[in-house]
Amino acid sequence: MRAQTKAIWMALPLTGALAVSSVQAEEVNIYSYRQPFLIEPLLEAFTAETGIEANVVYGDGLVERMETEGRNSPADVLITPNTTILMSAYNKGLTQAVDSDVLTDNIPAQYRADDNHWFGLTTRARIIYASKERVEPGEITTYEQLADPEWEGRLCTRSGKHSYNLSLFASMIAHHGEDYTREWLEGVKDNLARRPQGNDRAQVKAIYEGVCDISLGNSYYFGAMLTNQEAPEQQDWAQSVNLIFPNQDDRGAHMFISGIALSEHAPNRDNAVALMEFMVSPEAQFLYAQDNFEFPVRPGIERSELINEYMGEFKEDPLSLTTITDHVDEASRLVDEVAYDF
Amino acid sequence: MKWLTTSNAVTGSQPSLTAAAVNAIPRNNAALGQNRLARRWRFAVVITAALVLLPVASVFYLALFPSHNIWAHLVDTVLFYYLDATVRLLAGVGLVALLIGVSTAWLVSTCDFPGRRFFEWSLLLPFAVPAYVIAFVYTDLLEYAGPVQATLRDWFGWRTMRDYWFPEIRSMGGAITMLALVLYPYVYMLARAAFIDQSHAIQAASRSLGCTPWQSFRRVSMPMARPAIAVGVSLVLMETLNDFGTVDYFAVRTLSIGIYDTWLSQSNLGGAAQIASLMLGFVVLLIALERFARRRQKHFSQVGRPGASGLYQLRGWRAALALSVCAFPLIAGFIIPALRLSYFALRGFGAYWTADFIQLSLNSLLLSASAAGVTVALGLLLAYGKRLFPSRGLNASVGLAKLGYAMPGTVLAIGVMIPLAAFDNGLDALLRNTLGISTGLILSGTIFALIFAYSVRFLAVAAGAVESSLAKVTPAMDRASRSLGHNSVQTLWRVHLPLIRPGLLTAALVVFVDCMKELPATLILRPFNFDTLATHVYQFASDEKLEASALGALLIVLVGLGPVILLSRSIRGSR
Repeated sequence: MRAQTKAIWMALPLTGALAVSSVQAEEVNIYSYRQPFLIEPLLEAFTAETGIEANVVYGDGLVERMETEGRNSPADVLITPNTTILMSAYNKGLTQAVDSDVLTDNIPAQYRADDNHWFGLTTRARIIYASKERVEPGEITTYEQLADPEWEGRLCTRSGKHSYNLSLFASMIAHHGEDYTREWLEGVKDNLARRPQGNDRAQVKAIYEGVCDISLGNSYYFGAMLTNQEAPEQQDWAQSVNLIFPNQDDRGAHMFISGIALSEHAPNRDNAVALMEFMVSPEAQFLYAQDNFEFPVRPGIERSELINEYMGEFKEDPLSLTTITDHVDEASRLVDEVAYDF
Repeated sequence: MKWLTTSNAVTGSQPSLTAAAVNAIPRNNAALGQNRLARRWRFAVVITAALVLLPVASVFYLALFPSHNIWAHLVDTVLFYYLDATVRLLAGVGLVALLIGVSTAWLVSTCDFPGRRFFEWSLLLPFAVPAYVIAFVYTDLLEYAGPVQATLRDWFGWRTMRDYWFPEIRSMGGAITMLALVLYPYVYMLARAAFIDQSHAIQAASRSLGCTPWQSFRRVSMPMARPAIAVGVSLVLMETLNDFGTVDYFAVRTLSIGIYDTWLSQSNLGGAAQIASLMLGFVVLLIALERFARRRQKHFSQVGRPGASGLYQLRGWRAALALSVCAFPLIAGFIIPALRLSYFALRGFGAYWTADFIQLSLNSLLLSASAAGVTVALGLLLAYGKRLFPSRGLNASVGLAKLGYAMPGTVLAIGVMIPLAAFDNGLDALLRNTLGISTGLILSGTIFALIFAYSVRFLAVAAGAVESSLAKVTPAMDRASRSLGHNSVQTLWRVHLPLIRPGLLTAALVVFVDCMKELPATLILRPFNFDTLATHVYQFASDEKLEASALGALLIVLVGLGPVILLSRSIRGSR
């Protein structure tokens, strides 16, 4: 890592002299929208196993960076926390299909592109967190109920514009249509205890503090809070809530993925495919599930004990991610129309 | 210089020639040289301005091609809310920063009270604290679970938050307070320099004409310092307009959040670029304001300095009041956050002081220092070109070159990327077609891209500082130097540079500190496996891991301290 950084600096005065043709042995270049602490343990395991060095840029705006860099872009793969960004790269023609049995055999069709331009790596459910003290079991069991007047002043969520919420709202449009969803969203907004703010964990904290009684959040944050050694107070937050996987009697809980795509101009194509295949290997899938409390996308991988204890088996909404992503724009417009964040 | 000695020799040896004829020879030569130099200056200024303008132009270009038209939708729905929040935030931060900055600057420049010399420099310290860091620190302190409310609950036996009222830190008021606390030093710095520059004689005259100290401040000092104060406030407002970290954290949904939402949640970069262009409108107004204010600064000359004896001596409750007015921003804007960060940093020192951490600290230092050097050099080029050849075209070029400061960092980063990648790919295609070799990306994704982005972003700061210190050098100096035979470059080197060195240093230091704190453009443009202190802090802080981010945040603050103290010296040095 340090040698690499040194090389970055040394290259500066030489940039004009075209002397940057690095003679790196084996490498793969990653543009990642996901945070370092989620990705790094996996990459270390990958390098240890294959000897291929992984170079990463973490940040937003990386799809645009790939686009402007064009055919000379150094990026081999794009890693994202949602399908919106994957689809945006796909629609700009920045991805290419991967013809790999390892990927298609192990990733259910619902969680990858029909033409193999992108693949899910982990799945997560968007669920309802409810106060143990103030919400009876069975009091709320569906997303639709979030708009019911009995929850007025009792709900907390993050910004409606966040991709996690947009994904859920888009699935509501896919199931119920735009008009129903607009009305539902207005109801949800009326129930908010405070203006949308903070991340998913901050909403659980708000339940702990008594600001509200229920919140929306991704399933894995529960594990992250419950086992948090650095910030032990988060364990108390987690202990104060029950997890409700919604709509178990009908379509199932809203699911979405974190995913990966191969860059159209990937200079290290073989290494990139090796990385993608590694990511669905039982080892990597187990690591993901173990460390990050997400669900392995590959069927049959053992889930962590914590997941089994608190989440068990639940019914997943089988709606295709492509369909959901197609409605994200509409969802985003509805969020503005009801002025959800204001 | 040579022609001058020859001409003297000529005049001496052949007195029969008319003086006019003698002078005509060298003058013609000089005029030729001057013309060539003038063309070169003009050329250099225009090229620099054009290069710096490229990213901004790229954003305008993007704004022409939105994936769908956002305005109809925005006007129908949330545009008003965005504007409302933006205007209230700007008004609040501007007002609070103005109050703190001017009152403290006036106190330390014209009054004597215990601690005055300490406050002179220490009031600049909050400038070293990034706004997003102070926001994290105060939220941790003041939120429900934080130590302050927990202690209050303990004392008074309250149980839940329904038992009592406590101001919500994550609010408009909180955002205004946080931003004003770290931005007021812009106003303080410029107001103080202006108060120091004011001749003491003028104040004394106003007093002898029957003004009370307060009237003298209101009717003489303030009007004279107004241009400088306006510059300070316009810098505060631009920083506020572009802030993303604090408003995002506090859920104050300003236009800069609107840009982010439009871009990332609707994949509509063109739409985001349109909002950014609208914000640029705001800023052009601010720049116009600044320019209007600075228009009158030209005739400032430095006559007479107030000695310590010329200061109002404050005693008793007046001294106590002055002391508290100065102590408040220092304690709230610097001491509390710094202590809190130190506490966390010490607790986590062993775990976080690693080889990687040292490396990324060095990255930040080197990067910021290089960018500061480049930016000030460019600023000097522009400001001096404008001084030499004050034409409308040049003035406009320099004005335009400052627009980068008005762009939100995220959008500007995309704007930087576009011309760099176009150059790289163009060269690559050319060489591939002619020589069959591929050069790949030479500038994109390198340190160069970051330095370029920082220069574009902060050129307004550097050029502004250089311009105002050049403005204090009377044009008589230029004429004297030129009549002694120096050309414009020699004059710059031998006359102006030594005179404006403190101003250049100030400019470099301000840019340096700004670069250390810069986050959004760094995140998007950086090379592989490359972190700076700012990206490091953000990575942890955005996940609410204050302890992990404290060491980095503290280091940004500490590194900023040196420049801030030097800065204060250089202002006092002019006394």
